[in-house]
Amino acid sequence: MSITLFEKSQTGRTGINIPKQSVADAPTLDSAFLRATKASLPEVSEFDVVRHFTQLSNKNFSIDANFYPLGSCTMKYNPKVQERVAGLDGLANLHPHHITNNQTDSMQGSLKSLKVLEDNLCEVTGMQAFTMTPQAGAHGEMLGIMMIGAYHKKKGNNKRYVIVPDSSHGTNPATAAMVDYDVITVKSGPNGDMDLEAFKEAMSDEVAAVMMTVPNTLGLFNPQIKKICDIAHSYDALMYYDGANMNAILGVLRPGDIGFDVIHLNLHKTFATPHGGGGPGAGPVGVGERLQEFLPDLQVGFSEDVGYFLKEPSEGSIGKISPFFGNYMVLVKALVYMQTLGKEGMINVSKKAVLNANYVLARLRGHYDVPFDTLCMHECVLSADSLTKEHGVRAMDIAKYLLDFGLHAPTVYFPLIVKESIMIEPTETENIDTIDYFCDKMIDASNLARSNPEAFKEYPKTLPICRPDETKAARSLNIRWQ
Amino acid sequence: MKKYNSEHEWITVDGDIASIGLSAYAVQQLGDITFVELPEIGATADKDESIAFIESVKAASDIYIPIGGEVVEANEELEDRPELLNEAAEGTWIMKIKVADMSELDFLMDEAAYNAYTETL
Amino acid sequence: MPYTPHTPNDVQKMLSEIGIKDESELFATIPADLRAKSFDLDEGLSEFEVFDNFAKFAKQNDTSKVCFLGGGYYDHIIPTAVDALSMRSEFYTAYTPYQAEASQGTLQALYEYQSMICELTGMEATNASMYDGGTAMAEAALMAIRICRKRKKIIVDSGVNPIYIKIVQTYLAYHDLEVIVLDVKGDGTDIKSLLSMIDDTVAGYIFQNPNFFGSIGDYTEIIKALHEVGALAIMSAYPIALGILKSAGEMDADIYCGDGQSLGNYLGFGGPSFGILATKQKYIRNLPGRIVGITDDMNGKRSYVLTLQAREQHIRRDKATSNICSNQNLMALRATIFMSLLGKEGFSKLSTQNYNNASYLKEELSKIDSVCIYNQNPTFNEFVIELPICSAEFVSQMEKRGFFAGLKLDTVYDDFDNRVLVSVTEKRTKTHMDEFVIAVKEIV
Repeated sequence: MSITLFEKSQTGRTGINIPKQSVADAPTLDSAFLRATKASLPEVSEFDVVRHFTQLSNKNFSIDANFYPLGSCTMKYNPKVQERVAGLDGLANLHPHHITNNQTDSMQGSLKSLKVLEDNLCEVTGMQAFTMTPQAGAHGEMLGIMMIGAYHKKKGNNKRYVIVPDSSHGTNPATAAMVDYDVITVKSGPNGDMDLEAFKEAMSDEVAAVMMTVPNTLGLFNPQIKKICDIAHSYDALMYYDGANMNAILGVLRPGDIGFDVIHLNLHKTFATPHGGGGPGAGPVGVGERLQEFLPDLQVGFSEDVGYFLKEPSEGSIGKISPFFGNYMVLVKALVYMQTLGKEGMINVSKKAVLNANYVLARLRGHYDVPFDTLCMHECVLSADSLTKEHGVRAMDIAKYLLDFGLHAPTVYFPLIVKESIMIEPTETENIDTIDYFCDKMIDASNLARSNPEAFKEYPKTLPICRPDETKAARSLNIRWQ
Repeated sequence: MKKYNSEHEWITVDGDIASIGLSAYAVQQLGDITFVELPEIGATADKDESIAFIESVKAASDIYIPIGGEVVEANEELEDRPELLNEAAEGTWIMKIKVADMSELDFLMDEAAYNAYTETL
Repeated sequence: MPYTPHTPNDVQKMLSEIGIKDESELFATIPADLRAKSFDLDEGLSEFEVFDNFAKFAKQNDTSKVCFLGGGYYDHIIPTAVDALSMRSEFYTAYTPYQAEASQGTLQALYEYQSMICELTGMEATNASMYDGGTAMAEAALMAIRICRKRKKIIVDSGVNPIYIKIVQTYLAYHDLEVIVLDVKGDGTDIKSLLSMIDDTVAGYIFQNPNFFGSIGDYTEIIKALHEVGALAIMSAYPIALGILKSAGEMDADIYCGDGQSLGNYLGFGGPSFGILATKQKYIRNLPGRIVGITDDMNGKRSYVLTLQAREQHIRRDKATSNICSNQNLMALRATIFMSLLGKEGFSKLSTQNYNNASYLKEELSKIDSVCIYNQNPTFNEFVIELPICSAEFVSQMEKRGFFAGLKLDTVYDDFDNRVLVSVTEKRTKTHMDEFVIAVKEIV
């Protein structure tokens, strides 16, 4: 049942035995400072809480239990050793104000872990320095565009625009707007890459940055990427690399080598930290030479004399976007993953990720539309457009059908430029048996769409709910228990 | 006579008061409308300025007025029943404006031109 | 290879289905001159070796002292059930709940989170979490600017966490906006000079209660003045304090922002924590981030879904209320479990204990001749002491005696050489505090 904890509340129950107060009560504060009534939190026992949340957890899909072929999301297996490491007292209970106090003796281990991670990420991406402060990919994007803004300001450049391809993630244009740039969207060409002629036309001296996802959200690598970098640089526009799809090119290509000025990584994707039902993530940002002086506050340095220390922010630093080192414990988990894989393991990640995606594409070709039919990278984009036109079965119907077979739905309706898109990213950690099972169910769905399209209306049949009314949710808002 | 702009607002004029709404085409594209933010009475705006906002489950859009002037009335019924727009878009006005310059009407499309325009989208 | 299950047989089968001979052909679209110039990383290790590496890192940190550090990040109790439940992999390894049918667990927990945050803050609407207290404050300032169209001024009170102020300044620096930070004049807000600054050019005023010095204020007069000119009041507060102190809603503040670390989350060297952002119902469309609502499914069953998504980046792109996508969901879940365990009475009791413990230590320290209490106003669970020696010397001497004595304020303010912010939570016993007082006496 979907009864809230508030409905289970009984006056007088409590779920905790708070340690006994060992001092006398202090004089009561003036009533002007005090709240009139206690916050009406639910009154339940510890066992009530445990049963409630355990039952809730059973209503979730999760990567540990289900295949998540979510395009653009890189839902791979999260190694268990990460959690054992994150439970270490010296990491979990370290107070961040040692940073403010500059008590570096109390935090040598964590500073070292940050430096090791930075060095690793620089080598993986070919960038020159990394900041660990962004708490998610979008946070990193914002930081990257801020640094680009600071660069242009320092040079006295009058820049107003950020270019994004029409296949970009929504965070790209939203980020540009947060840093007060206007967005120019460049359309994709017939092969799925950003149209080079349209791009040249959009370029001008007023363009501050070009944000590219490589490979792009169609799962395609743009062989013109170096050319795009060179054209942008000729206008003194900087190149932003959205690292959401880094999993495809790990060990194959480094954004720094081909001229990108700034890059964010999504550690919760590429480096396997658990997604927690929506967060936390971590979005470290790497920079090349042009942007190093604008890095935000908190970089770790090392010298033989004093060990690991906190660098003074440079004069051009953009300031602070996080209180400390972002989601530090997420960074730790990513480093655990990197150390476990090592060089060969990481090269193997992209190989197997791309192999799995192409296997899916090969198996599903002929059952769904393939808008850009070539070898793909780490994900493939199919379309249910024909099924929609001929049988009235939409991508969402396919998605809901799969749920009944223990398969999370692929990403649907993104990228926006493909009608009825179905975007599939199997990741490297899935075995062929799981992928075959998924493909079989996808093929079943496409056959069912042709033979009995009406049947889809009732899916999913086995889950706690079926097709919630989103219009009602928005029209008669109920966002808190009262 | 009913006229349209390229942002899919329609306009009808009675004396110097213009009623403004959203075209059936636009509403169909937006899907189920869930919220309409009405302009303030007395607010003034130029042609093509955004002074109201409309939201559906899957999209949101500014409403750009097709003609400049002062807002004299807003359809408050839409605050509680945004679905009226889904039921009858072409017959449901969103706001009424006291027109500043009637000649701005000349820039707008008539129904036939607008229908031809939506065909190209 | 770790974490890839492919046997040579599997690879062959897959390659032949794809119609290629070798894995290297998969990367044929990447020209040779774009290939990685270097990839010089260490060899992979077993999980046991990796664990040992990190155990070594952990040992090189110091978490052994009795902690009186606070300043926004507190050493509170974390009930075992918080770990046990939040670490269930059904929560832990789930994705963002876009597919409602496959995510009712996360969605209902978030709905309950929103409900509890509204109870605690006295606000009417909140989202499913921001990154942390500082970024939540920056988003609150941007919200105020959106709501008060055409106004371009944000005033920040002197008592706001100075780290948060830097974040607000950084976020707002790229817009045509004015951020005025009031000078520190004592431990409280200079109400008189503030009132003289409030006019119809102000979009929002940000304050923190209790403020960074631990002092509690009464902001009702200021908030009234703000509302008279159509400006918004943005209140930041440490959530544990809301157990007994006046809530944002009771003060008629328009936006509440805060950091959720103290609600069942580890210190973790500063993250992950999470940010709380709450507001009045009428401003809900200006709220960034995910929001969960209740609806019916096609069979009339109660269902939880993400709602008002048209505000968000994946739909509105450059017109979105924020670019936030990943949030701090798991930390918000921990907070929900934490608040559920404490409940109405427990939360209030915990809050009261923080106040009582800190009051005891403040009183005992004030009895030392050469130590002064900087605060003129009443305090909640932290306060500032003024010492006859510089704060660096004091903190390092106290560390030798087994205490993290507090935050050196000269690192964040000018002319605060001898001042230290001392925090006391429910975890500090009378014995800890008596020993702390003895150590202070020895040093000064």
